[in-house]
Amino acid sequence: MSDPDRTPATHDMGGVPRFRCTPVERDEEPPDAFGKRVDALRQLLAQKKLMTVDELRRGIESIPEEEYLALTYYERWLRSITTLMLEKGVVQAEELR
Amino acid sequence: MAELAPGTRVRVKDDWPERRGPCHIRTPHYLRGRSGTVQRVLGRFANPEDLAFARPAPKRVLYHVLFDQPPIFQEGRPGDEVLVEIFEHWLEPENPAQEAA
Amino acid sequence: MSPPARRESLAQLEALIAALKAKGIVSEEELAARQASTDRASPETGARMVARAWLDPEYRALLLRDGAQAAERMGVSMAGAPPLGVLEDTAARHHLVVCTLCSCYPRAVLGYPPHWYKSFAYRSRAVRDPRGVLAEWGTVLPEGMEIRVVDSTADYRWMVLPMRPAGTEGWSEDQLAAIVTRDALVGVALPQQPAAAAA
Repeated sequence: MSDPDRTPATHDMGGVPRFRCTPVERDEEPPDAFGKRVDALRQLLAQKKLMTVDELRRGIESIPEEEYLALTYYERWLRSITTLMLEKGVVQAEELR
Repeated sequence: MAELAPGTRVRVKDDWPERRGPCHIRTPHYLRGRSGTVQRVLGRFANPEDLAFARPAPKRVLYHVLFDQPPIFQEGRPGDEVLVEIFEHWLEPENPAQEAA
Repeated sequence: MSPPARRESLAQLEALIAALKAKGIVSEEELAARQASTDRASPETGARMVARAWLDPEYRALLLRDGAQAAERMGVSMAGAPPLGVLEDTAARHHLVVCTLCSCYPRAVLGYPPHWYKSFAYRSRAVRDPRGVLAEWGTVLPEGMEIRVVDSTADYRWMVLPMRPAGTEGWSEDQLAAIVTRDALVGVALPQQPAAAAA
């Protein structure tokens, strides 16, 4: 994969060499309180037709690589949900400070 | 495109829209340009590439397409396979000559 | 262990929820109800579906034809959930489910996806080195059995129907369901042989 035009996007992880030798960390813990709250919020906003799962994913995929790899799973969700709510004008930036 | 019957040989388009700008696609990079076999028609679903940008999203046929696994990564055990959901607009005839015929 | 969310993320979440509450878009009651409903989903549902399919050919046919309907038959509401596809293991073929692009998972019948299913290592390695991943679970397939990796990319969610282990003849649905683990429903493990289960 030396062709830069065929370099996959960060989230497109199937078979990428970067994690080839990384063992799968067998973490069996359920999501923590933060994760469950983000999860519930996403479901509610989808129910209320304020966002789709496809938009959530587009938002996650647009997180710059360094942050994508550093944030936890539900932090990536929160980042995307927040960006979408701002983008759609549901909330304003000053309300989130 | 007429609905493809199970058993039809297809090729995944060797297209890289993520190089052209913001997009959301469901076709993994490792299958671009790869040939496989339609295993099953899964139904028609609103195109996620449009849903992701809150655009009107016409329904597209979704196929389950089966690929030999070892040629993809030049490793693995012969006989192993990868089965993936792929939308119709990402598929083309395996052999372009067939299309003209 | 997955690291905890950063302090600023906790604050960001509460600020967003406060702004949405102030506009009457969400309430604490709705959030709690949504979370409680999500918490109720568990792999016991998927395990019971498999156990019933092992005992009842008619249910097995339904499960393979329309997983969502088979789940409804177990009392699970699939309204609004994606279609559920079920992949049948045979003596010649083993299925392993992954979502390389994100974390698609049959939550209605398996509950929250485990952390490892969403990990970068699992997402990248399962399609390239499935046997190496299985080995980390101590899962070794019989000689000659092929692997079919299912990359869950779009509108379906996928669950595995594993093979019923030998030595379980005459078992009840409860007994059978007890040996079908969440890992077996994803395909990283096989239902344990009764001898191993007893050990």
